Amino acid sequence: MADEREGIKVAAAAKPHLAADQPLLRIDGAVKDFGAFRAVDGVSLDIGAGEFFALLGPSGCGKTTLLRMLAGFEAPDQGRILLGGNDIAQALPHERPINMMFQSYALFPHLSVRDNIAFGLRRAGMARGDIAARVAEMVALVKLEGMEKRKPDQLSGGQRQRVALARALARRPQLLLLDEPLAALDKKLRESTQAELMELQRRLGMTFIIVTHDQEEAMTMATRIGVMDAGKLVQVATPRQLYEAPRSRWIAQFVGDINLFEGELQSYDGHRLTIVTRDAGPLVVVEPRVPVGKAKLSVAIRPEKVKLSRRESGGHADQGPAINRLEGTVSDVCYLGGSTTYTVKLDAGGTVQSAIANTVRRDADAYGVNQRVVAWFTSNDCVVLEQ
Amino acid sequence: MSARRIFARPARFAAIAPYLWMALFFLVPFGFVLKISLSQTAIAQPPYEPVFDLTAGWAAIKAAFGALSIDNFKLLVSDDLYVFAYVRSLTVAITATAILLVIGYPIAYGMARLPTRWQAVAMVLVIVPFWTSFLIRIYAWINILQHDGLLNKILLALHLVSQPVVWLSTDSAMYLGIVYSYLPFMILPLYATLAKMEPALEEAAADLGAPPGAVFWLVTFPLSLPGVGAGVLLCFIPIVGEFVIPDLLAGSNSLMIGQTLWLEFFTNKDWPVASAAAIILLVVLLAPLLLYERVQRRQLEER
Repeated sequence: MADEREGIKVAAAAKPHLAADQPLLRIDGAVKDFGAFRAVDGVSLDIGAGEFFALLGPSGCGKTTLLRMLAGFEAPDQGRILLGGNDIAQALPHERPINMMFQSYALFPHLSVRDNIAFGLRRAGMARGDIAARVAEMVALVKLEGMEKRKPDQLSGGQRQRVALARALARRPQLLLLDEPLAALDKKLRESTQAELMELQRRLGMTFIIVTHDQEEAMTMATRIGVMDAGKLVQVATPRQLYEAPRSRWIAQFVGDINLFEGELQSYDGHRLTIVTRDAGPLVVVEPRVPVGKAKLSVAIRPEKVKLSRRESGGHADQGPAINRLEGTVSDVCYLGGSTTYTVKLDAGGTVQSAIANTVRRDADAYGVNQRVVAWFTSNDCVVLEQ
Repeated sequence: MSARRIFARPARFAAIAPYLWMALFFLVPFGFVLKISLSQTAIAQPPYEPVFDLTAGWAAIKAAFGALSIDNFKLLVSDDLYVFAYVRSLTVAITATAILLVIGYPIAYGMARLPTRWQAVAMVLVIVPFWTSFLIRIYAWINILQHDGLLNKILLALHLVSQPVVWLSTDSAMYLGIVYSYLPFMILPLYATLAKMEPALEEAAADLGAPPGAVFWLVTFPLSLPGVGAGVLLCFIPIVGEFVIPDLLAGSNSLMIGQTLWLEFFTNKDWPVASAAAIILLVVLLAPLLLYERVQRRQLEER
């Protein structure tokens, strides 16, 4: 199967002529109002050729509106959208070298798979023979051989998704927009399709922008993620940066699970920072990019970075970075198969969650409810955030 | 098995109910009309012969059957008067339906693209004329179109014309009346199909490089064809047999088949010829219905 797929020749998308440091797409201060509601509020963003970029955010955050502005279905009220240096903000959808894969797929129900894929090619005035060749290439690319004559309602959900992808790719757009492309698929199919999309994007060398509300999906597929909240782009980062160094409490909580302890800055020696927290006592953090000016800060720590030990035994303070030790009692155990999430009621008053990988089959080492434990984490595993 | 049988029984009854209805209220009366169309006119009560009398015995019934003939049909297809009436009816119906489609489609399309809140308002506006009697509305048109009617008064006041224009008793007045009366029947099925069409389909077409005109002809219109078919049939069939509007608004120099039928029945008291005219009309109208049904079935089979 693998050989067969590599045998399919797929020409890379026609690349625009870009200067070395010029981004493929530049969104510059884009604003969109719907009546009194500001859906997109001054978004500026550069996306380079060949990127797999994800726009992530809760529903209603403006990510779909931003995508629709790129496709041309909405015109920005302010700002510019530059594609390869040309302002396309006011161009009509059919004038843009951009294609979109719709959340509902929007396959033409009266046309066969072949005619759906050929639709965009015919509009481009391609020669008959070239269209047939390109359609065959696309059908092979998404593994739909033998389905060419079927109508969309004779296909399964996964097959429809492939037709939509093939149709959007057929014109070799400079930019492919994907609006929640996997939302309608079940979990297993979604995971395999994620891998295929990534492989496809890499092989075609195309630029993908995906909109999703699923942070796992964004983390898995994207090379960079832009997080949106209330119409604003709040952080643009690689998946790792986003997870390990979120810029705000909101982002930290939106992307994955996190323990947050609010407190006040007690001392800062240029390297090591002590924050007295209400729920967990004084915590030591090694944080180079600390907002020192602020007195009220939060310490954030991901559950998988919080370890548990039986009392008196855990954490060797003498070597390596400083360790924060929090004594408490296990109040809840949530077994998830691959890992177990323990909730520990701290003696200081708060709670902390600890996710521990189940690396052995036997549960001899597992902790039980009401067991006294020490929850500990190193000072460089936590992040300091403004409140 | 037994469970299925229990559930199947009411379902089966529901399935034969429309057939029962059709048999009782269409096929039986149709049989009567067919029989009368094969009879001859007579000065009698009823005004035709032979009359079947089941009490007269077998021989009499056989004789009555023998007296039936297709002379009326021969008359209808050989006499220009009737042929012209059929041709005129079809011409009027085709023209009026085309006008209705051209006017109704943009209205239905506009309605379907309104915000949901306003769609209900637009729907009420389309239906509101039905709250007034159809005849009163046609008489209102007579008032507007007559020699010293509202339209001429306005045109004179605006100095667009120097003397009153003849509107009433023209084909234009008739088309106006027909289009006005049947517009809701064209709009509603069109609106129903257009409203349930996914807006993303038009966006997808535009996204794939289709300019607005191509989006309409390649996606919107083909997908609205079921609504077009329903609207066209709902208008075309009753317009062919239309009697009141041409009688009140059109001139009397050429008649539609509905008017001819009325004349034969009430003025000439020629029930057999009137019945034959009705039968031929029915056969003529069956053709587009069967065509529509075949297209519908083909679409269903493709699914």
